[in-house]
Amino acid sequence: MSADHILSVDHLSMRFGGIVAVNDLSFGAERHKITALIGPNGAGKTTVFNCITGFYKPTSGSIRLTHDDGHTIQLERLNDFRISKQAKVARTFQNIRLFPGMTALENLMVAQHNALMRASGLTLLGLIGAPSWRVAEKAAIDLARTWLERIGLLDRADDAAGNLPYGDQRRLEIARAMCTEPALLCLDEPAAGLNARESAALSELLLSIRANQGTSILLIEHDMSVVMEISDHVVVMDYGVKIAEGTPQHVRDDPRVIAAYLGADEEEAIAVMESGT
Amino acid sequence: MDYFAQQLINGLVLGSIYGLIAIGYTMVYGIVGMINFAHGDIFMIGGFIALITFLILVSFGLTAIPLILLVVLLVSMAITALYGWTVERIAYRPLRHSFRLAPMLSAIGMSFVLTNYSQVAQGARVKPVPPIITGGYTLHEGAGGFVVQLSNIQIIVVITTVVLLALFTWLVSSTRLGRDMRACEQDQTMASLLGVDVDRTISMTFVIGAALAAVAGMMYLLYYGLVDFFMGFVAGIKAFTAAVLGGIGSLPGAMLGGLLIGLIETLWSAYFSVEYKDVAAFSILIVVLIFLPTGLLGRPEVEKV
Amino acid sequence: MSANPAAAMQTSRAPGVAFILKKALISALVALVLFSLMIGVRTEAGSDGQLTYWTRFGDLAMMVATVFGGSIVVELLRQWWGPVGTVRIVPPQVTSALSLAGRLVAPVLLIFTFLVPVIFYNERYILDLGILVLTYVMLGWGLNVVVGLAGLLDLGYVAFYAVGAYSYALLAQSGIPYPHVSMVPPFVHVDFLQLGPWAFWVLLPVSGILAAFWGVLLGFPVLRLRGDYLAIVTLAFGEIIRLVLLNWQSVTGGPNGVSGIPRPTMFGIPLSPGDDGLAFKLGIEFSPTHRIVFLFYLILALALLTNWVTIRLRRLPIGRAWEALREDEVACRALGINTTTTKLTAFATGAMFGGLAGAFFATRQGFISPESFTFHESALVLAIVVLGGMGSQLGVALAALAMIGGFELFRGLDQYRMLVFGMAMVLLMIWRPRGLIGHRAPTVFLERNQAISSDLVKEGHG
Repeated sequence: MSADHILSVDHLSMRFGGIVAVNDLSFGAERHKITALIGPNGAGKTTVFNCITGFYKPTSGSIRLTHDDGHTIQLERLNDFRISKQAKVARTFQNIRLFPGMTALENLMVAQHNALMRASGLTLLGLIGAPSWRVAEKAAIDLARTWLERIGLLDRADDAAGNLPYGDQRRLEIARAMCTEPALLCLDEPAAGLNARESAALSELLLSIRANQGTSILLIEHDMSVVMEISDHVVVMDYGVKIAEGTPQHVRDDPRVIAAYLGADEEEAIAVMESGT
Repeated sequence: MDYFAQQLINGLVLGSIYGLIAIGYTMVYGIVGMINFAHGDIFMIGGFIALITFLILVSFGLTAIPLILLVVLLVSMAITALYGWTVERIAYRPLRHSFRLAPMLSAIGMSFVLTNYSQVAQGARVKPVPPIITGGYTLHEGAGGFVVQLSNIQIIVVITTVVLLALFTWLVSSTRLGRDMRACEQDQTMASLLGVDVDRTISMTFVIGAALAAVAGMMYLLYYGLVDFFMGFVAGIKAFTAAVLGGIGSLPGAMLGGLLIGLIETLWSAYFSVEYKDVAAFSILIVVLIFLPTGLLGRPEVEKV
Repeated sequence: MSANPAAAMQTSRAPGVAFILKKALISALVALVLFSLMIGVRTEAGSDGQLTYWTRFGDLAMMVATVFGGSIVVELLRQWWGPVGTVRIVPPQVTSALSLAGRLVAPVLLIFTFLVPVIFYNERYILDLGILVLTYVMLGWGLNVVVGLAGLLDLGYVAFYAVGAYSYALLAQSGIPYPHVSMVPPFVHVDFLQLGPWAFWVLLPVSGILAAFWGVLLGFPVLRLRGDYLAIVTLAFGEIIRLVLLNWQSVTGGPNGVSGIPRPTMFGIPLSPGDDGLAFKLGIEFSPTHRIVFLFYLILALALLTNWVTIRLRRLPIGRAWEALREDEVACRALGINTTTTKLTAFATGAMFGGLAGAFFATRQGFISPESFTFHESALVLAIVVLGGMGSQLGVALAALAMIGGFELFRGLDQYRMLVFGMAMVLLMIWRPRGLIGHRAPTVFLERNQAISSDLVKEGHG
């Protein structure tokens, strides 16, 4: 395991009162690759995500992020907004969290908050309408436009995010996360609730992000067709511990994984087994 | 030491009154999730109704004090409960599933309505009543001539509070209504699917809260010998502080919080300054909310991501 | 032309006369019990301190009859209007006419406001009312930053209004303190810089800055609280400030307040009779109305400044972050937005406008006391913001006009005024919980600048 890891999770544990949600979990996410974290419901995947993105403080263990320039950051020591601002880790949510009363474009503008705050001279330059601010604002709108185009929502830029169809909201949330220009993008069940066509579009989007932006991606997913299609590496969790890890093919044939899914949920187990054929 | 003991007694009595009002806040907050801003004014209305009933009974020539007290208690509880019901019906029910700020403003509006309704109906001046229950016990006579007293009215306030609290705890823990109330507190949609009449349960919550506030109003009248139309505002905020201090949603917490606020206020007035006693109460509210937002006996809230 | 099924069902279930009467009867019965003692009996302390009472059964009967009649009217209106939430189809011509009218409201209102002192030059009462309305417009716009944009429920806004007013009043009387060092013990002395005719213009920004400072100071500990808790803590802060002003007699004059506050000058030239007054310098006859007109334009300018700054801020990252915070705080944190400083800036900005309005209030009145800064003021300003439609600048202005104007209509009914105000608050919330202006304008757009229905807009959690 001498691979170039952007994210290394070591001996991570998270307890809520007496419940151990994550127990001594270690895994890594490779740079410029797509890593999937899978497992039956209640396996502790979202808890791991919340630890990585600063919403929970892990009980013990370390989460290390290594940037391209070799600079490392211990994520468990940063809290909430600094994870995104300083460590450049962006995330999406299982139950979409867009700003529903703001337009799609505004959502993408909010994502560029920190860059724009600097450009607006902490508001002062912006208030007097300085030319440098105008340039920065225009660049931000252009970046947002580019992303809207990539997710196929350019014609809905001025519609309220809350009015968009479900699948579009999912893609918009990913675009919003990308507008923070992250090094690591964490997606919490991005394909949940999508139909087959939308899932395919999602896979395409994620592959193009990896190819064009070089962003490393960590995702939790239930939709095995998406996982098998796009993941470079799969980590399987059950009851808070890692039970298997490897390439999609390797994981799919692992009897422990099949057992975990069979034990948890028949449908999911069948999905795992069928998705390879 | 004697002085302190006396203040302790006074504080506990005042705290019982706050506790009775606080229960109304805590119940409503637990079920509907809103601060019933008009609850302090319901307490004030309870005081007025007790006063008027008392005057009428006395003018009819009734002299048996226990009978008078019983009638006054029942009448003020009944009528004030109807006020609570009406307030919920008019100002809160139409806004139950509305936008969060609307019921809050509606409640503030209702509080203004009740305050000024009393002022218009009964005049702005303070209404004094002669002491109704007199006498008491001397607990301890200090060397310096300072006497620690426990008056009969103080005994009555504390006993009434304890009895009502017991009754109320029984109501919530062992009756159908109490079970419905707890169910609505957890999940209104699920409760209604399981056949709980949510509207009725919420109405009953307001009715019970108002009835307890009426008792507090009557105790206030007996203890301080006066009522006025503005007394609901400050008493309401302090009782709300008590509810928060005890842990909002928790009934024993409301009572405990009430006692603590009563004690703090009395001791502060006795040892520091009377002028700043309300500042002390409000400061406690702020400190508690910042450092102990779930209160002493409340359940912690976990942020869902 | 197939009938709307909901409407059809409504007609078939239309309550009959018997139902309406039954409902009215129950209402009347409830009213009878409610009012029996409170209205039917009047108590008053006699000259000897003894309480007496007399009955007012006539009034009671009248009230009950009113409730009975009112209940019938309400029920009939409800039938005629249809159930709440019915979608009424409005012809497109009407919609476009309405939207045109909507776009014209703001400029027409602004032009009219500019002309008020010209049209009503001799109507002192209207000018005073105009100043009052504009003061509340400014307060409403200031609080709108906190409540409407950032979604932080502040029930103690009056505290900043008070800080502004007292800052101006006290500093204008004492002068601005400045320390200087000398060789004589205790080595650091404090002198007071007297400002003379420039007092208002120097102290106006000072009041705003002090209020903003208090906003940060009070805001810092409380901003991690959410929703109702934040509301109640801000209420407590507002009351604490009022109680301190009331009890700290040596500085604030306690309940007697501060009087003799310097009047504003027209950039150094006093608006008074005499050789140095503006009237004399312009060679016109002095009139006290000059000052009223000046105050009118002064508050108009301050209000428009508030409006301009708010509109600008909305289009800057900070303003967008405020609105995003209102929409979803968790998502904001995931996007790297420092929610604490974002909330504090909203709090401080709102407080600053409140402070500026407070300084204006002090200079206009010439006298202030804690009585002007009660919870009632906070509630009034909050009602203006919510009624206006959270976040809408035009809505807030219209709501201030309606509330303060309406309040003035009942001036004659003195003690019924607050009663009516409270009822209006309840009814307005039931009628339009989302406020008068039910949509939000986007801060940036690519092609179409289209309003967003307020059903989608969140109201904030903190």
